Amino acid sequence: MDNIRLIRSKTFNLPVENVDTDQIFPGRFLTTSQRQGLGKYCFYDWRNDPQNSFYQSFQEHDPEAQAVLVSGLNFGCGSSREHAAWSLLGAGFRAVISTRFGDIFHSNALKNGLVLVQVSEPTLEFLMQNHRHQVNIDISTAQIEISGLGSYEFPLDEFSQYCLLNGIDSMDYLLGKADQVRDFEQNMSG
Amino acid sequence: MGLTLFEKIWKKHVVCPETTQAPAVLYIDLHLLHEVTSPQAFSQLKQKALPVHQPNRCLATIDHAIPTLPAGPDGKRSFVSAQASEQVDTLEQNCKEHGIQIHDWDSPNRGIVHVIGPELGATQPGMTIVCGDSHTSTHGAFGALAFGIGTTEVGHVLATQCLLQQKPKTMNIEVCGDLRPGVSAKDVILHIIGQIGVDGASGCVIEYSGETIRNMDMESRMTLCNMSIECGARAGMIAPDEVTFHYLEGRAMSPEGNNWKRSVGVWRELYSDENADFDQSVSVDASDIRPIISFGTNPGMVVKVIQAIPSAEAGDSISKSLDYMGFKGGETLLGKQIDVVFIGSCTNARITDLRIVADVLKNRKIAARTKVIIVPGSESVKKVAESEGLDKIFIDCGAEWRNPGCSMCIGMNGDIAKPGEYVVSTSNRNFEGRQGTGVRTLLASPRTAAVCALAGMIADPDNFLEQNHG
Repeated sequence: MDNIRLIRSKTFNLPVENVDTDQIFPGRFLTTSQRQGLGKYCFYDWRNDPQNSFYQSFQEHDPEAQAVLVSGLNFGCGSSREHAAWSLLGAGFRAVISTRFGDIFHSNALKNGLVLVQVSEPTLEFLMQNHRHQVNIDISTAQIEISGLGSYEFPLDEFSQYCLLNGIDSMDYLLGKADQVRDFEQNMSG
Repeated sequence: MGLTLFEKIWKKHVVCPETTQAPAVLYIDLHLLHEVTSPQAFSQLKQKALPVHQPNRCLATIDHAIPTLPAGPDGKRSFVSAQASEQVDTLEQNCKEHGIQIHDWDSPNRGIVHVIGPELGATQPGMTIVCGDSHTSTHGAFGALAFGIGTTEVGHVLATQCLLQQKPKTMNIEVCGDLRPGVSAKDVILHIIGQIGVDGASGCVIEYSGETIRNMDMESRMTLCNMSIECGARAGMIAPDEVTFHYLEGRAMSPEGNNWKRSVGVWRELYSDENADFDQSVSVDASDIRPIISFGTNPGMVVKVIQAIPSAEAGDSISKSLDYMGFKGGETLLGKQIDVVFIGSCTNARITDLRIVADVLKNRKIAARTKVIIVPGSESVKKVAESEGLDKIFIDCGAEWRNPGCSMCIGMNGDIAKPGEYVVSTSNRNFEGRQGTGVRTLLASPRTAAVCALAGMIADPDNFLEQNHG
């Protein structure tokens, strides 16, 4: 995982609540055994169906300039598929802003370096009213600076922050606990 | 201060406690695996040249990507794609390489991962159980702490048998009163999700308590815990009791002899102390619950079958859902034509579910316009159903009787409906496109789904069965 300190980008708005991971990564693509190259499946049905209410938005999305996705309450609910986080990253998103995230998605996203920024309702409302809005996300201070609104701290646990800033794979941290795990296992059987 | 059931199990599994700098290291007793969310985790192990730390704590099966139609005379299976077939091969190879037990095609115990864990007695009270699947909460019905994880975490558990976890909050959902005849655990959980919302239990482990839960059999409790994730919960659990012990006794992986007695003794201590504190509490009156059906695109959008759906305002999330579903705010669903009925999934594909469906369908014909697919949860469920002649009832009334698998619940094996079609489904998710692009899913109990199959439309099960008795 690459280390991440700052994300300076414009936003891309998806003004809807409860975006489930089936929308982010439709089930029929789950037969893949890869993590890479899944960006093309990201929001596949919303992006490719001209009848969909977000079709036009996706047509106008510039992944280079708009790497921060803004969406409504409970983003990433539903299935545990990590493909949702992989495909968002593959499609160029580096952070998601919402008022709340699905638990499993939250855990998956941070482990892959997709930054999740939880904001208050008024802040989300402001962002929803301002398309392609400049935001600066600073991982080292866990702050988001929203142009024309102000700077806000967002919840980021110290461990995830440390992993993001230093590009650390949490598996390596766990492997470092091998002795404690062995002791625990011995006590269990004893 | 007393401890909750969750806290008792959590405490027993902490390898390293949580600090401000790092989450707790939590030991995992049982790791369930299937073909879809594991290949990238095994690749990660390979990259790091790591072995599986405790292969005997892993149990694998194939369920998501596999066809539910029988193999052809040449033995060829009708996989939806070469990639799906390769995904199954990959799991087989990974299990072989790492010495992990897999219930493959030739196993009489193959089936949906959340059906076979309990059937085999692998799922036991007091355990920590994980799987790369959000419906792992099912196993909480046994008083286990069971939750879904992502693929990176599947890798963590393979390599270390541990997970990094922040301690979740707790919620007590107490259900009291008698359920009306014909109202099942599926109606109860849909009612609860409708009441607290799809994010109502975010960040929480739910404990279901109260006399209504005590009076439920194990399969009903599994249905209830299964859908905990649909209100955002990390897990759902029920304190084990005689019903639990009776279910587990004599199962293939259950403790035997003196071990059994000792285990039951330990399991009896697994309950929330009277003075234990929950972060949140919810009360539900079971007698208020009627047959429930979903009308929208998440499992919180539910009504009583006989009730009108809510009205919507242009631009709000209900209106977007109703547009997708082709419904108008304020109308009744009764009489809406149904194209497909799906009986199956880790929510409702166990033997008691199939018996309920067979009771409704027996000596009747399903509506000409409606296709009915019945997919048992496991080979064992299939065998029992066939020994009771349920397969004959299903086939005689015009339904398809398939081989076990996840099938139309996730629709990734090719078992899907056509765009625009309406499916009444006993599964757990009515998300857009879940059962095929443009397909409209209505979640219901097995009994309600069976009645809709006969009527060819959404019908009030109580009224329909009264009018069409005999």
